[in-house]
Amino acid sequence: MSDHSHETTHESGEAHGSMRDYVIGFVLSVILTAIPFWLVMARPLEGGITAALIVIFAAVQMVVHMIYFLHMSPKSEDGWTLTSLIFTLIIVTIMLAGSLWVMYHLNTNMMPMPDMSQLP
Amino acid sequence: MHAPIPETYSPIFGKLSLDALPLHEPILVATFAVVALGGIAVLALLTKFRLWGYLWKEWFTSVDHKKIGIMYMILGLVMFLRGFADAVMMRLQQAMAFGGSEGYLPAHHYDQIFTAHGVIMIFFVAMPFITGFMNFIVPLQIGARDVSFPFLNNFSFWMTTSGAILCMTSLFVGEFAQTGWLAYPPLSGIAYSPNVGVDYYIWSLQIAGVGTTLSGINLVCTILKMRAPGMTLMKMPVFTWTSLCANILIVASFPVLTAVLVLLGLDRYAFTNFFTNDFGGNAMMYVNLIWIWGHPEVYILILPLFGVFSEVTSTFSGKRLFGYTSMVYATICITILSYLVWLHHFFTMGSGASVNSFFGITTMVISIPTGAKLFNWLFTMYRGRIRFELPMMWTVAFMITFVIGGMTGVLLAVPPADFVLHNSLFLIAHFHNVIIGGVLFGAFAAINFWWPKAFGFKLDTFWGKVSFWCWVPGFYLAFMPLYVLGLMGVTRRMRVFDDGSLQIWFIIAGIGAAVIALGIAAMLIQFAVSIWRREELRDDTGDPWNGRTLEWATSSPPPEYNFAFTPKIHTLDSWHEMKERGCERPTSGFKAIHMPRNTGTGVILSAIALAVGFALVWHIWWLAGAGMLGLIATAITHTFNYKRDYYIPAETVAETEAARTRQLAAATGA
Amino acid sequence: MSTRPLSAPDAAVEFYDFDEHDHPDGHSTMLGFWIYLMSDCLIFAILFATYAVLGGNFATGPGPRDLFELPLVALNTAMLLFSSITYGFAMLSMQKNWVGKTQFWLAVTGLFGACFLAIELYEFSHLIHIGATPQRSGFLSAFFTLVGTHGLHVTFGIIWLVTLMIQVSRKGLIQANKRRLMCLSLFWHFLDVIWIGVFTFVYLMGMLR
Repeated sequence: MSDHSHETTHESGEAHGSMRDYVIGFVLSVILTAIPFWLVMARPLEGGITAALIVIFAAVQMVVHMIYFLHMSPKSEDGWTLTSLIFTLIIVTIMLAGSLWVMYHLNTNMMPMPDMSQLP
Repeated sequence: MHAPIPETYSPIFGKLSLDALPLHEPILVATFAVVALGGIAVLALLTKFRLWGYLWKEWFTSVDHKKIGIMYMILGLVMFLRGFADAVMMRLQQAMAFGGSEGYLPAHHYDQIFTAHGVIMIFFVAMPFITGFMNFIVPLQIGARDVSFPFLNNFSFWMTTSGAILCMTSLFVGEFAQTGWLAYPPLSGIAYSPNVGVDYYIWSLQIAGVGTTLSGINLVCTILKMRAPGMTLMKMPVFTWTSLCANILIVASFPVLTAVLVLLGLDRYAFTNFFTNDFGGNAMMYVNLIWIWGHPEVYILILPLFGVFSEVTSTFSGKRLFGYTSMVYATICITILSYLVWLHHFFTMGSGASVNSFFGITTMVISIPTGAKLFNWLFTMYRGRIRFELPMMWTVAFMITFVIGGMTGVLLAVPPADFVLHNSLFLIAHFHNVIIGGVLFGAFAAINFWWPKAFGFKLDTFWGKVSFWCWVPGFYLAFMPLYVLGLMGVTRRMRVFDDGSLQIWFIIAGIGAAVIALGIAAMLIQFAVSIWRREELRDDTGDPWNGRTLEWATSSPPPEYNFAFTPKIHTLDSWHEMKERGCERPTSGFKAIHMPRNTGTGVILSAIALAVGFALVWHIWWLAGAGMLGLIATAITHTFNYKRDYYIPAETVAETEAARTRQLAAATGA
Repeated sequence: MSTRPLSAPDAAVEFYDFDEHDHPDGHSTMLGFWIYLMSDCLIFAILFATYAVLGGNFATGPGPRDLFELPLVALNTAMLLFSSITYGFAMLSMQKNWVGKTQFWLAVTGLFGACFLAIELYEFSHLIHIGATPQRSGFLSAFFTLVGTHGLHVTFGIIWLVTLMIQVSRKGLIQANKRRLMCLSLFWHFLDVIWIGVFTFVYLMGMLR
């Protein structure tokens, strides 16, 4: 970490992509985008499974973008980019899951009404 | 949709008119007169002594982390006086308003005071203090010459200052929010707060928030990338560790505040329905979101001071810090856990038993790493040769006070107890107990500890002790009665009281505030006396306390390049090791040093941001639009400047170091 | 922490780095920019959380099924995906120091970005035209803010891209400009990742509701 010698040679330790990376990433993301759109527009499956599938596709596509477009690797910046990403993901998960959990309980406890969507 | 019909709206001045000046409030008029006269006097003196050029060149546009750190401290100190004046006014009002008396503050004014007190003390006192310490100390402790992004550092400071100025402007132009320091909707929504108070609140925090977030990114990068060779993570001084964690928390929580305030702003400016009562809004979502920021914020404030106490305890006990590794892991645990406790601020919202139990338990869990830290400090003191200098006195006062505050915090963490104590004065006493006992006492310890490093002379001990002995008993006198009142069921933010039997407690608390006021006065006198007697208090060694970490290895005040040669690190207390092994200070072979160049862009950008904020508060759309364009244009222009650095010539370094050699020789009498 | 006794005989320990090199310019920039992106990510997280909580509050107004047109969203997604690969081509040209090609691919990227924005603005104006304004319901407030914030980021990305094109044309592909292009690359691809979340959780899930 504190050894600066390698930093002088190639500037920041940032990984560069190759043509191959970008093309693979692009093809994969086209596929991973097309399938969920098709699943929702054509509706070959029932709702719950469709929902689960498109979330999985989204997660996979995000990883594809991270690897092929953002060039995430455990090595870049001595691992600090990946560490900060993982930390952020933990925080995001806590915020999203926590908010939904808290607000869901609040709504069920404080507003025992059947359909929130129809409240004016 | 709910647009209130503006009484007067002019395309040039927006909602701003002469009515916005609070000429009918004598207290404000008198305050304004004092501030204006004081301001004019300062400006006149600066002009008379031709200091403008000096200030602009050497301070305002400086990218030197040390100068920026000192400017943060001055900002914090000035705002502290304002925030404390608010506190005194509240104490006076509450001690008076009994038995049919309305006190001396009308509700409209009183509500602004308690809001402003909270906002100012957290955002414009505590945050500038800790950012100032971190800015000044961290690069020195890690053996760096500056921070990673020196220009951003200057910009961050000025954005914080702009936020503070906008907040202060509300005192004399218009009004401040009357909502409490977190501005819960629907009260803070446009329907219930149609005036500019909440807008001042939103924009001053947004502008300052930009500065805080950027300085957080800056310091994280600095610590990760610029440590001296050999300083692995586990050889980093504890203050640097706690600063790293605090800045990670800043980066990972201030965006939340920004987003929430944007949503509140949209509700007020665009009449959306995020937190309204109608059309599917949910005010509780605001409370949920703002505390996702709010709880980590608590740890942003206290973690750096935990670092200060660690450095002070170890230095003044003459021992290595007990349990360094456990201290580091406790800090990391607190960092993560601080994201898992936010709901304890609103147990009574009604999320139910399962949610409340989870957050109650996580809250109690977070007291474990904090407790571990306390034992580490105690064991560091154990069998040490303790020197009760001022920093150590403040540290001991912290240990006692903070433990009391921590324990009442654990009481509040029990959801059933919280249903009784929520929003009572017990809560107020609790968080003042930890914030004053932790953050403020820590700040005082740090000021006394590092002042010699910053200015080259120690602070006067006598007035320091006077201040200490006013502050500590004054604190107990002011806040212990609030615990009692809280247990009796008195809620916060009350302006008048019916039950005359409560008055005596408020009077005691008021006396406590007066004693604290003496403490503050003594502290100001301490600064003045020390500056006056600076030649007697001069420290030529650069290491007045027999310190252990790198900042004491250089001169006081440090040269602008901090270290002529970057130190190599072998152990945790590296300066201590250097002294033990009789390391010779290099006196020749100096090279030119690469440094960042000063720039005025930060001041200009922040001044425009201030104008934009003011324009948005008063709905002066042309100014807001022009200002936004100006911001973008200035920022882009700045990126066309590629020459941002210069070299300090080797001869200059050699001269500076030779002067230091002579100074050291004189100090040691050799 | 060292456990060596302090009186160890190895007195030749060096305490100063006499052979140090300057930190190269911008040595922290990429990490700093990445950390900024992480903080930006949290802003989006809050907007997603708000959408998730308020997204069902239609207040008797229109819901996603009444409003969203998936073919339009698919087209928009395609624009962003194309702009990603073209930015990738710009980066590859940059690594080879081909100024002309870099500028060409940057321009193409900017055009795709502008198309994305145009389609989004068309969608917004259409929604507002049929009465589905941000003020209509909690759901629409959250929708417009989330998608709009992403659009605002794309707007700033385009402004930045144009600025960089001017800077590259003036100074060429010097190290500072390369670094800036790499930062914008991170920003641009980061916005893609956010958009994956938007089309999945807002549009596709909305149609399933």
